[in-house]
Amino acid sequence: MTALAEDSLLQAEAVTIRFGGLTAVSNLDLHVQSHELVGLIGPNGAGKTTVFNLITGVYQPAEGEILFDGRSVVGSKPYRITARGIARTFQNIRLFSSLTVFDNVRTVFHLHLQGDVRHALWRGRAFLDEERSIAGRVMELLEIFHLEKFRDAPAKSLSYGDQRRLEIVRALAAQPKLLLLDEPAAGMNTSEKTDLMRLIQFIKDRFKISVLLVEHDMQVVMGICERIVVLDYGVKIAEGKPDEVRRDPKVIQAYLGD
Amino acid sequence: MMFKHAKLLLLVGLGLSLLASLGAGRVNPYVLFVLYDIGINIILAVSLNLINGYTGQFSLGHAGFMAVGAYTAAVITNQFGNLNPAASGALFFGALLAGGLLAAVAGLLVGLPTLRLKGDYLAIVTLGFGEIIRVIFQNLDRVGGARGYSVMHGSTDLFWTFGLAAVTVYVVTSLVHSTYGRGFIAVRDDEVAAEAMGINTTKYKVTAFVVGAFFAGIAGGLYAHSKQFITPGGFNFMESIAIVVMVVLGGMGNTPGVILAAILLTILPEVLRPVAEYRMVLYSLLLIVLMLTRPQGLFVWRRKIPDAPP
Repeated sequence: MTALAEDSLLQAEAVTIRFGGLTAVSNLDLHVQSHELVGLIGPNGAGKTTVFNLITGVYQPAEGEILFDGRSVVGSKPYRITARGIARTFQNIRLFSSLTVFDNVRTVFHLHLQGDVRHALWRGRAFLDEERSIAGRVMELLEIFHLEKFRDAPAKSLSYGDQRRLEIVRALAAQPKLLLLDEPAAGMNTSEKTDLMRLIQFIKDRFKISVLLVEHDMQVVMGICERIVVLDYGVKIAEGKPDEVRRDPKVIQAYLGD
Repeated sequence: MMFKHAKLLLLVGLGLSLLASLGAGRVNPYVLFVLYDIGINIILAVSLNLINGYTGQFSLGHAGFMAVGAYTAAVITNQFGNLNPAASGALFFGALLAGGLLAAVAGLLVGLPTLRLKGDYLAIVTLGFGEIIRVIFQNLDRVGGARGYSVMHGSTDLFWTFGLAAVTVYVVTSLVHSTYGRGFIAVRDDEVAAEAMGINTTKYKVTAFVVGAFFAGIAGGLYAHSKQFITPGGFNFMESIAIVVMVVLGGMGNTPGVILAAILLTILPEVLRPVAEYRMVLYSLLLIVLMLTRPQGLFVWRRKIPDAPP
């Protein structure tokens, strides 16, 4: 663990959270370097999503510290943490369903607004210019992910796979340094999974960001992650390169039983 | 929609209101008072639509905010006797503004502690708040208590009513049609996702409450100076419900629809006057039929969703 360098983008140390008598995450150390793709896996109920909720400020850890970019995120509200550069997707898709595809992404751009509510009320040249530039950037993002043809469709009218992709686009609009993907492959078939793997790899390279991926699907995780952390009952039972983790007896036991 | 010509539309609205008020002398007073009611109800419904429709916070306290504005403005103008037209216009505007600001403060006071509540719970709390306001005025002898309060100046005219309705529509529409303002709808659609996407949901909800309450207060001031007599009973729970009905009927989060509904629901009871005692029965029946046949709102036209390419 001495390799835990100072330059870690995300650094969780000895993080513990309890819900009543249940220790959902216990004494977890987790670090993500810049431009790294890390997988967080484990059986159902292992605490993977709880880790996401701790990082994004939905839950507060009972013990331990979480540093992002060298500063603590503990005690910060989720929207502040997003503004600092952590964006996420959700296990069960949570789009702004009545807004159009375009507006779903556009909404997030308020993080980068120069003007505030007075601009919106005055509607002067500065406002219109900024709105135009935002529209351009939104369309750019939509085009990268081939969603531009749905620009005016309500988000809820998209197919499941497109909704998942839109959720990722929306998270990227926050211009994060760290992207948290919560089971992006859930409910996808094999060919969709292959596309998704390519997509995640592409996002990481194109936007030069780190990705922390919670996933059930071994094919996806083993296929793209550079490092994998395995949780079971809230405890880290293994960590390493995909091949090391795959052979780890503790991991095999956790997944397949004795 | 970028809503580009917003300011132009606002100026047109203000100009038309001014023109209308110049020609008001030729209109029969009964029609004039119905027109005032229409303008006031547009302000109330459009401002409530920001809270209930766009931000999805079900508030039943709009009549309470209206009462704050009505009494504040009335108390202020009653301090003055007869004034020349310019001074009385300035006084009226200042009184309306003061009423709106005080109502906005009330909105802030209700908003901050209650906005962690959702749905039915928020509805009940705002309902309780509206009733508290009413009971306070009922027990304030300074403003006549339950007997009501006379307002000396009948300053409300077509210019103020429709000019301020135009301003309300402009402000609410401008807010919502901006990158900043999409946050209101995001809060309504999914609060958890909104928070995760960097939206300060509390701030947005409080903003909606404060802006909505401000315009309800303005509407209250107009109402007081149109009727020239206000009673606490005029701002009861049924009044709040009537405004909610306009929003629901027009379509939640659909400003043109809400304006049409406000007009329709103001005229309807007047049109039904010949049937005397059956008036409110018919009115209620019409509402039931409308809600059964157009649950999404009377004036909502869903755009056809583009088909996914093969």
